[in-house]
Amino acid sequence: MVFSLLLTGCSLVGQGSNPIDPKASVAEEQYGLILLSIGIMILVVIVVFVLYFYAIVRYRRKPGDDSIPKQVEGSHKLEIIWTVIPMILLLILAVPSVALTFSQDEDYSEDPEVIQIKATGHQFWWEFEYSDLGIYTAQDLVLPVNQRVQFQLTSSDVIHSFWIPAMGGKMDTNPGMTNKMYLDTPAEPGVLKGKCAEFCGESHALMDFKVVILSEEDYNAWVTSMQTPATTVDADVSSGEELFKQNCMSCHAVEAGFPGLGPNLTGFADREVVAGYLEMTDDNIFEWIKNPEQFKGETVEMPAIPLDDNQYHDIVKYLKTLKLE
Amino acid sequence: MDWLTTVDHKKIGILYFAAGGFFFIVGGIEALLIRLQLMFPMGANGESWFLDGQTYNEIMTMHGTTMIFLAAMPLIFGLMNAVVPLQIGARDVAFPFLNSLGFWTFFFGGVLLNISWFTGTVPDIGWTAYAPLSGEEFSGTGSDYYAIGLQIAGIGTLVGGINFLVTIINMRAPGMTFMRMPLFTWTSFITSGIILFAFPALAVGLIYISFDRLFDANFFVTATGGNAVLWEHIFWIFGHPEVYILILPAFGAISEVLPTFARKRLFGYSSMVFATALIGFLSFMVWAHHMFTVGMGDIANALFGVATMLIAIPTGIKVFNWLFTIWGGNIQFTTAMLYATSFIPTFVMGGVTGVMLAIPPADFQFHDSYFVVAHFHYVIVGGIVLSLLAAVYYWWPKMFGRMLNETLGKWSFWLFFIGFHLTFFIQHFLGLWGMPRRVFTYLPNQGWDTANFVSTIGAFFMAAGVIVILINVIISIKGPKAPADPWDGRTLEWSIPSPSPEYNFKQLPLVRGLDAFWLEKMDGKKEMTPAEPLGPIHMPSPSILPFFMSLGLFIAGFGFMYRGYEFESMFINNLFGNNIIAISGLAITFVCMFLRSVYDDHGYHIEVEELQKEG
Repeated sequence: MVFSLLLTGCSLVGQGSNPIDPKASVAEEQYGLILLSIGIMILVVIVVFVLYFYAIVRYRRKPGDDSIPKQVEGSHKLEIIWTVIPMILLLILAVPSVALTFSQDEDYSEDPEVIQIKATGHQFWWEFEYSDLGIYTAQDLVLPVNQRVQFQLTSSDVIHSFWIPAMGGKMDTNPGMTNKMYLDTPAEPGVLKGKCAEFCGESHALMDFKVVILSEEDYNAWVTSMQTPATTVDADVSSGEELFKQNCMSCHAVEAGFPGLGPNLTGFADREVVAGYLEMTDDNIFEWIKNPEQFKGETVEMPAIPLDDNQYHDIVKYLKTLKLE
Repeated sequence: MDWLTTVDHKKIGILYFAAGGFFFIVGGIEALLIRLQLMFPMGANGESWFLDGQTYNEIMTMHGTTMIFLAAMPLIFGLMNAVVPLQIGARDVAFPFLNSLGFWTFFFGGVLLNISWFTGTVPDIGWTAYAPLSGEEFSGTGSDYYAIGLQIAGIGTLVGGINFLVTIINMRAPGMTFMRMPLFTWTSFITSGIILFAFPALAVGLIYISFDRLFDANFFVTATGGNAVLWEHIFWIFGHPEVYILILPAFGAISEVLPTFARKRLFGYSSMVFATALIGFLSFMVWAHHMFTVGMGDIANALFGVATMLIAIPTGIKVFNWLFTIWGGNIQFTTAMLYATSFIPTFVMGGVTGVMLAIPPADFQFHDSYFVVAHFHYVIVGGIVLSLLAAVYYWWPKMFGRMLNETLGKWSFWLFFIGFHLTFFIQHFLGLWGMPRRVFTYLPNQGWDTANFVSTIGAFFMAAGVIVILINVIISIKGPKAPADPWDGRTLEWSIPSPSPEYNFKQLPLVRGLDAFWLEKMDGKKEMTPAEPLGPIHMPSPSILPFFMSLGLFIAGFGFMYRGYEFESMFINNLFGNNIIAISGLAITFVCMFLRSVYDDHGYHIEVEELQKEG
């Protein structure tokens, strides 16, 4: 029954946010251990349940039966059996667990074949720095298929946890420290979900990100266009651009070569979502920049800039032009 | 007034029950609000249908904190107070005055924590209060309520633990050797030992947090050289043993209820004692399994993973011993027995997921997902609460002298039991499907909507079960009077009247073996053989000092919390800012301690004539 539920789970949940529907090798290895442990545990549960149900049915008190059963002190033979068998089961489980614990802790930071990403958790968004390429993105992590990626994980404020369920387990991002973890990317292009898994404050639940897996060529094209400086904008969005420069530019870069206090907005119009989770519509962008607190609460660091509605619309219009070539 | 000054362990037990029961209801209402919020995903424009993130986080934090510290702990202590002295044939605990102090500090700590609901700054940092989120920079006065409230409540627990250690070591009746002690006493003993070592760690950690927040210390502030992960280690060095502090007495209660209603002695008594001690020992060796994803590296993860798996062995020994206790028995399914037997498979289900979580690479996926939520609710509700309810139905007649209604009892059982599995079984799958815990809402169409809906329905069944229990308790006030030995019990507490007189045993009993009272009954006797002639009984005097000592700490707590706060009234600002409130609170406590030290109270005696009059 449990297995069938697991399977229905796989078919129910789409979009690659599912630890038991692994899309890449690290998650597959972990899934293997999960299956092994579930198997052993189901065995244990069945043994206990059979003994249990037999006992409570067979030894019920019949009406009028006032007899006193034999007072059994214990049994050394049985005690040894239920000490030794669990030990053997644990051994079967412990050996591959320890092996995988070590093999998945490999560090590829110095490996030139491996993509190096520094992921930084912020309340409540993710920043990704491609250390070798010198580009920054936020919210969307773009990666090529069939590649190993070495992550350097840290945080600028509180503890977050970096989790792409379909690619592998999570690792905390601790302020003042750097954690290392590698993951492999899937063989097929697609979009996977990423999450913050450590409670990090008011809008912890909304701290999602996307992992965009591209084919080799698409990825290279993406890198090139990220590295190309932004082109000049049309005249009808110049007022929006002006407003953006006056009010937003101090935190949000629109060129990929710069980090910022807030999410880097290069290629913003290509993204699937606003603020990590809202559908990419003009209305949502408008509402978000008008009043971020309404969505991510008082602790969100993005201030609401006092402008009139037309000016917000101009900024939205400008933001919609931030597309990559 | 009597209740404020009592030092009688039975009355203190009832106080613990009342306070713990009250906080259990509060925590339960918080749980219902949590489930209501998660019943539906967020709307298309990101709007939440019921609670906003801040409110949800407050409720979620207070649910965990309340259930662990203010409901489970006091209910366990209530049970220990009500049962342990009777089971070892003692007239009271070793330190009756301390016992009362322990209750009142717990009570005022709990009240302090919950006053935050009325001042509007509720803890919103999770019950684990991870730094730096719990630090000054990222959270408000709510975190002070957490740190100081738990600090005061924690004193009570530590004091209580020490009291029970001394009681069990020193106050056993003649003939009650360690290996003749009932298992509930054994588990209480080991739990008290764990408290002795675990709670100081919490106290130190909470002092660090308070100092960081109130006096700008730098224990956990990364920017100034502190270490955020340090708090996690301190918290879990306390927090993991805490789980065993709660579950061991629950194991003990099960080990009393099963033999009584199966009419069979506990199978493998000595291996049960050994397993309990082993679990107590191992509980201090595995804290870092809560921290596999912190980045401790492969060696630490592997070691803590394997150490954690080892706990399955003594736990398995216990489970099979329980199974073979009812095996071949003559089982009577009272409400207490229903709860106790249903505990076995439920707890096993919580136990096996515990082993799964001990595998570090698998835990990378499970950690902080609903799989963990399902796991620890199976252990804490399916394990601790089910066995506490078994214990409540079992010992109620002894505590209150009235019987609970069995029909209502069975209704409450089935509602609660079905509701429990409905709520939490499906959460295993939510975790495997990738739902993180501690989220106030979630996007629709991730395959989680139905499962969350089902889970919420289950929560309402559990609530209905609890309401039936409450009705049962209220009805029992006028219920039938309880005989001394309603269940054909095996241990000493059933050899004295229900409720027991204030001195418990008119003459201390002579214990001839395990299941002392059962042995006498099997020899055809109706009561225990006395070990001493009838003589005057020394009793401790009641005292109001513990109440005021705790009140002093409570006031001082407020003083410290608000010393840096800007009040509108200058007068109040001065009171808090110049530490006048804090110092007067501490002064009350110290004056009480002084009074206690200089005023010699020798107690009083109940004379032989009085004892004979009572029959």
